[in-house]
Amino acid sequence: MNIIYIEHIAKIYQVGSEEVHALADVSLNIDKGEYVAIMGPSGSGKSTLMNVLGCLDTPTKGIYNFKNVNVSQMNDNELATIRNKEIGFVFQTFNLLPRSDALHNVELPLIYAGIPSSERKERARLALDHVGLSDRTHHKPNELSGGQRQRVAIARALVTNPSIILADEPTGNLDTKTGEDIMALFNEISDQGNTIILVTHEEYIAEHAARIIRLRDGLIEKDENVTKRFIPKKNGTSKL
Amino acid sequence: MSTFLFELKEGLLISLRAIRANKVRAILTTIGIVIGITSVVLMSTAIKGIDNAFQTGVSSLGSDNLYIDKWEWFNNDIPFWELRNRKNLELSDYEKYKELAKLPLAVAPTVWTNQTVKYKERTVESILIQGTNQDYIGTTNLTFDEGRFFNELESNGGRQICVIGFEIAKNLFPRGNAINQDIKIRGQKFKVIGVLSEQGSWVMGNFNPDRQVFMPIGNVFKYFQSQSFRSITINVKAQNSLIVEDTKEEAIGIMRRIRGLKYNEKNDFSINQQEGLLTTINQTVGVIQIAGLFITSLSLFVGAVGIMNIMFVSVKERTKEIGIRKAIGAKRRSILGQFITESAIICLLGGLVGLILAVLLSMVVNQFLPTTVQADTVIMAIVISLLTGVISGFAPAYTASKLDPVEALRYE
Repeated sequence: MNIIYIEHIAKIYQVGSEEVHALADVSLNIDKGEYVAIMGPSGSGKSTLMNVLGCLDTPTKGIYNFKNVNVSQMNDNELATIRNKEIGFVFQTFNLLPRSDALHNVELPLIYAGIPSSERKERARLALDHVGLSDRTHHKPNELSGGQRQRVAIARALVTNPSIILADEPTGNLDTKTGEDIMALFNEISDQGNTIILVTHEEYIAEHAARIIRLRDGLIEKDENVTKRFIPKKNGTSKL
Repeated sequence: MSTFLFELKEGLLISLRAIRANKVRAILTTIGIVIGITSVVLMSTAIKGIDNAFQTGVSSLGSDNLYIDKWEWFNNDIPFWELRNRKNLELSDYEKYKELAKLPLAVAPTVWTNQTVKYKERTVESILIQGTNQDYIGTTNLTFDEGRFFNELESNGGRQICVIGFEIAKNLFPRGNAINQDIKIRGQKFKVIGVLSEQGSWVMGNFNPDRQVFMPIGNVFKYFQSQSFRSITINVKAQNSLIVEDTKEEAIGIMRRIRGLKYNEKNDFSINQQEGLLTTINQTVGVIQIAGLFITSLSLFVGAVGIMNIMFVSVKERTKEIGIRKAIGAKRRSILGQFITESAIICLLGGLVGLILAVLLSMVVNQFLPTTVQADTVIMAIVISLLTGVISGFAPAYTASKLDPVEALRYE
């Protein structure tokens, strides 16, 4: 089943008197349960594509159906609801609320989903448990290591049971070893049947995915399945 | 409705977290509101005090009293020269009126003069000496601390006796025992036969009964001024406030007859009553009120601008946070609510502190002007501070709610 169906999408920015085609003409499908990496050098349009896929931004042209619903013309509030219920974000810079503890950070999407406090806490605890941080629930981001912060962010992305997980350079701010741990976690999440879209510019990170979409100058250069997929070894930090 | 309550509750919790995270800033910002609310509350309390003082003062004139006089007391519609050219009211007018009037409860003539009153080495200056007769006490609500008013015999016989007001007694006889002492006015001795209890009508100045001396009217004419020199006033007390107007109509009719006025001639006398003074006072208090509240609300306005300013800074500073919240599904409404709630809480806290300060300060003011902070003022202060928070928080909150999540997330 298609989760994401994109047809001839373009995103055009007006910079001064010049038009910049961040996305020129992109069409693609992503099915439920896929693990896809989007690759490309900077300026290739992968960030723009990620923003569009994540419903943070709408395309200038083209059709974007998310679970058979056309989201390309939705207004801010409708997009916010889609983001809240269907999409889990993991960012390069973690993007946690600095003054809130891990539990509250994970709870946050559930607040905006209108879920009552007790159920929220319960689900947030479960999600933190999933990523192996059940003993860090009341630590603030500055009391956690980079890897732990990213795990909190992943727990936050998972807590709403979204249709897709959108990870933007999730290992970009981590050392290689910690990055490997995080990628292992993504692998486990993928094995659970979750749909993951990974945006990266590093080949060896992209190779964790089952399919790689390569972008260049706002166009899809190549869309291929990975033949030699890199499967990280399970390191036992998570309880998935 | 339940979603609204849910969002309100969550908004409150989020705002409280944000305020706790920035305690010093919140406190500093609040000071503006504290000062604003303190001054507004204090000012409205003081104005109430002033108004009360006026009302008490006026009540010494009596709501069912009429004062027939040559002069119009409170109304400036009649030109001065016309009033001046009127004939003086004389004792004979009083006698005729008293004979003809059916409605009044009591009628008394009065005439006044300003004198210095002495007892031994003690002196009180510019005291209103009221010359009147035994019926005067019936036209007032005056009560006595000691002694009594003079009777008909004493009044007609022109005995050199007097009744003194509370303040005069306090000044001349600090240790009491005023009764049967002789006070001196312009070299004449007058025996004190009564001391009035305190009326507290200090706003009336010299017309405050606490600062008056009462004596038989004949004495005033005999020792201080000739009868032809000054017009008398006829004090009339109606039987009750319901027939004040009837009593007034009757008085006009009788006075016109006494004066022999033709139907097309204007009254050459005035019927004065408390109402006239009340109108004047209400106008004055109204002006004080508007001016006072305008000036104090300026300080509240400054406080509100301070809040707005700091909320703008806060929104700018927390752009990233807003981006994160939006990315994970916060709607515009949630962000708007969050920042408005935050500014409303800051203002409400400021308002409460301001209120406490104002209550304490009003206790100090109370030493000079009887005032208390009343329940409606408390409610007003709370509502105003909440409103200030909502209004001054709106523009920054709106800016925050309009932020583009992509831009906001990229902000460092």
